[in-house]
Amino acid sequence: MNADILVELTYLLSAILFVVGLKRLQSPATARGGNALASFAMLLAIIATLVDTDILGWTGILGGVALGGIIGGIAARKVEMTSMPEMVGIFNAFGGGASALVAVAEFLNSPTVGMSTAGVSMLLGTVIGGVTFTGSFVAFAKLKGLITGNPITFPGQNATNGVLVLGTLALGAMTLGVFGGQDPATLFYIFCGLSLLLGVLMVIPIGGADMPVVISLLNSYSGLAASAAGFVIGNMVLIIAGALVGASGLILTQLMCKGMNRSLANVVFGGFGGTAGVDRAQIGKRPVMRADAEAVAAELGYVNSVVVVPGYGLAVAQAQHELRKVGDLLEERGVDVKYAIHPVAGRMPGHMNVLLAEADVSYEKLYDLDEINDDFAKTDAVLIVGANDVVNPAARDPQSVIAGMPILDVDKARRVIVMKRSLSPGFAGIDNDLFYSDKTLMFFGDAKNSMSDLVREVRELA
Amino acid sequence: MGELMIGLYVFVLAALAGREVITKVPPTLHTPLMSGANAISGIAIVGAIVVAGRAEGTTQMVLGVAAITMATVNVIGGFMVTDRMLSMFRKR
Repeated sequence: MNADILVELTYLLSAILFVVGLKRLQSPATARGGNALASFAMLLAIIATLVDTDILGWTGILGGVALGGIIGGIAARKVEMTSMPEMVGIFNAFGGGASALVAVAEFLNSPTVGMSTAGVSMLLGTVIGGVTFTGSFVAFAKLKGLITGNPITFPGQNATNGVLVLGTLALGAMTLGVFGGQDPATLFYIFCGLSLLLGVLMVIPIGGADMPVVISLLNSYSGLAASAAGFVIGNMVLIIAGALVGASGLILTQLMCKGMNRSLANVVFGGFGGTAGVDRAQIGKRPVMRADAEAVAAELGYVNSVVVVPGYGLAVAQAQHELRKVGDLLEERGVDVKYAIHPVAGRMPGHMNVLLAEADVSYEKLYDLDEINDDFAKTDAVLIVGANDVVNPAARDPQSVIAGMPILDVDKARRVIVMKRSLSPGFAGIDNDLFYSDKTLMFFGDAKNSMSDLVREVRELA
Repeated sequence: MGELMIGLYVFVLAALAGREVITKVPPTLHTPLMSGANAISGIAIVGAIVVAGRAEGTTQMVLGVAAITMATVNVIGGFMVTDRMLSMFRKR
């Protein structure tokens, strides 16, 4: 058996292990092993490539690996779990950027490639990778608060973007010499610039609340860019791994859109998150029932079942650990405690689950919307921490801006306790009738302080 | 059948296989799924090694090494942070 076949078989094994590794993510019990398997698959692919390529100079390769490894390793160790969306955002940028550079380098090797499979793949790799690169940076900056999280819009934005897309396509065709013999290298540089610009313009009009969708979509793009790079260098393992990531990102994108009851087109072109048509002056003017920590402890400590609904406010206040203490104390008193997690509770898919897992909440107590919604009618008390739109009954009103959004049916429980800073609206910018219901108690304050008070009061219960 | 068509078959079938496998990942693991997938998209490192390894001119070398660096950040950082997260998912 010659070396070529051995290399190809190693690539094949690598592709198989990527799929098996992802399959093991189907259960928390096997997921860690699955991730290890996927990283082994990556190692195999890298070794096969090093063996297969006639490497002229090792210095650059080893230097790049060392530098990238140090940066990646430190980032992975240091990152706070609340910052995972930013981390994934910036990593998407790097993945897309790497794929784009591969395509760019190959094009510059043979700028006169012309209208061919190779030429089209190179330009596709460049544009998808370029859009992923700058788009992810903008998403990162929005999440990090470096630029405003609000949609950045200007008149004729969608038309401008449309023209830019068409322009990029036309320029791509010119670069491949479809319209005769211009200088392809110069055209290609402009094409690269347009790709980068496109990434920025596509993400700036999207609001902070829609970031879970954007991050998922860019994740998908980073996979597609890798696939395109695979077509460029004719490597099947790149095509396969890229397709897997592309599929994964797309599935998560669809789930996030469903969680907000919006179409992908609406997210990408909508500029959602404003307050048009809502009378803000009326928000928070109606009377509510207030409760302090002592009263809330009494409401939670003497019942059979409590469902906790954590929202992003919990993560912002870093109150997960105190929340878990409250949960533990209630369980010691014989209360059945569950956690209900809305698909868009955090800033990326599954974000809240990670934050609760970090606070040592057993994953078996975390329920998603479909699993828990029928239970609320049998629940004694619901404790909502820093969530708003995802429990707003207005979603059932066809006239509302959030009409049709899947919500947690907390208003079916016997008692609802809302822990929140104020009556200010959530991202949708509308009032929440739940707060004014006669079964709701408002427990105002910073989530962390309120939760510490609650820990103390539950401890003091008889 | 040309190389392009073979590549397309592989791409489409891999995407379908991915869809089957990933649809069954529970919502509780969606963040690790995304960061793990992110690490897998660092497979671009293979292309980057090819580019840097074969580079004769400075431009190709610089592009290749930059691509290797970015892809390695993705691979090492992605797999490590996913492992860190998954180690927190415990049953009590």
